[in-house]
Amino acid sequence: MTKAKPPKGLKGWAQGRSLWMLHFCTGCGAIEMPPTMTSRYDMERFGITPMATPRQADLLLITGYLTVKTLKRVIRSYEQMPEPKYVVGFGSCTVNGGMYWDSYNTIKRLDLYLPIDLYIAGCMPRPEAIIDGFTELIEGIKKGKFDGWIRYKENLEYYKRNQAMVMDIRKWSLDAELAERIWNEVQEERRKRFERATVKHVYELAERIPEGLPK
Amino acid sequence: MNAVGLNITWIIFMPILVIIIGLFYLGAARKITARIQNRYGPPIYQNIIDVIKLFSKKNPTNHGVMFSLGPVMAFSGMLISLLFIPIGNKALLSFNGDIIVLLYLLVIAPLGMALGVGEGGNPMGTIGIARALTLMLGYEVVLVISIISVILYTGSASFMEIIKMQSGGVGHWFIWPLFLSALAMDMALQGMLGEKPFDQPVAPHEVASGPMVEFGGKYLGLLQLYHAIGIVVETGIFVNLFLGGGTLFWWFVKSFAVFFVALLINAVMPRFRIGQAFAFFWTYPAAIGLIGLILVAILK
Ligand code: SF4
Repeated sequence: MTKAKPPKGLKGWAQGRSLWMLHFCTGCGAIEMPPTMTSRYDMERFGITPMATPRQADLLLITGYLTVKTLKRVIRSYEQMPEPKYVVGFGSCTVNGGMYWDSYNTIKRLDLYLPIDLYIAGCMPRPEAIIDGFTELIEGIKKGKFDGWIRYKENLEYYKRNQAMVMDIRKWSLDAELAERIWNEVQEERRKRFERATVKHVYELAERIPEGLPK
Repeated sequence: MNAVGLNITWIIFMPILVIIIGLFYLGAARKITARIQNRYGPPIYQNIIDVIKLFSKKNPTNHGVMFSLGPVMAFSGMLISLLFIPIGNKALLSFNGDIIVLLYLLVIAPLGMALGVGEGGNPMGTIGIARALTLMLGYEVVLVISIISVILYTGSASFMEIIKMQSGGVGHWFIWPLFLSALAMDMALQGMLGEKPFDQPVAPHEVASGPMVEFGGKYLGLLQLYHAIGIVVETGIFVNLFLGGGTLFWWFVKSFAVFFVALLINAVMPRFRIGQAFAFFWTYPAAIGLIGLILVAILK
């Protein structure tokens, strides 16, 4: 089997010059998208237009923090997009959790779950930074530099395992059998760890009781 | 022999020419809308890049045989309609009654879309196509009324004959004697082109681009080509009936002018609800068209 490669030449050029974007406006960073799209910064001049459905999109833009619940929707949308497809993480929240670094229900590092091609850092990044990021993305795509979807397919097991740590990945995943298997493994592992923890805890308690008893 | 060779070249060359010019129309539409909104806008050839990209996409989702046949049917339906439209005083198929045949052929494309969307099974697509067919019910009536008044005025139902009767300068165009019919038809055209007060079928914010919702990659590419031809065909009907056809260059200039008017309205209008749009078509444009028809019948 030959290794899949990102498009180059005419195809790569067309892909770079016409990026249709599915912007997943989950976090507060999304508020910087309207100025980037409208009169002042106008990103349509680079051929970047928002699209309504993942079937038509080339670029998944994730604007900010993701709760575990939303992550599932994001991954489902990502898997429905036709190849070649690109993911851009937008804002510090996607890099390392940002100001939600100790939150109990958001994910901290997006690249554990999805193959990120480019980060635009900042909390929130200004439209200039967004445009700068997009121009870099366009230049990179023209040269065939970004290959996120290929990495995702090759390391599907890694990504699926990470996803299974935080949510139920059965029934909708790209490779249903693999997802089922990984889900069961992760569950098994979890049960064992829990059992071990409980047993240890009981022993510890039992040891401690005599000491704690009043004389 | 030479004439036959020329004809064959024209048959092969014309659809390609129309597709490319149609894509440029779409690009110009984006640019003009951008300028009206005080933006810089994409380059005018942006839609050609989009089509190249869409056709180079890999493994778009397919839901079954009818799903892939739908866009093909829409595209080929428009291509067949194109044969009946004289472009630059040259029609590939021309006989008495071709206007009526064209009216039937124009319906093939939305029906093809409906079949494809049905197989996709997305509720957004179903709503979109239901809106498209409802809208069609609205504007077809107006379209037929104004076409009948032209047929009544000229006594002929052939595009070539009607164009011939209008030859001899701007003063001979039918837009002057049949002004009311032309006005009604221009309103119907706004609905046919799917420009703004009547873009309910594809409204991205309401039904996620409607019929196109499940199509991606090459299917969407085919639909773009269908849209490009559709613009030329639909404005072409108006140009041939009311603006006197013309040589190749002037034909496209006129057709773009008709499209330009639609664009300007598109850029400043909000969207009707589908019920409002339907009611609108059956009141004002239909009334204007009927008055035009009655005037033609009396004054003829
Ligand atoms: S990076 Fe900052 S602006 Fe963006 S989603 Fe996180 S907290 Fe909000």
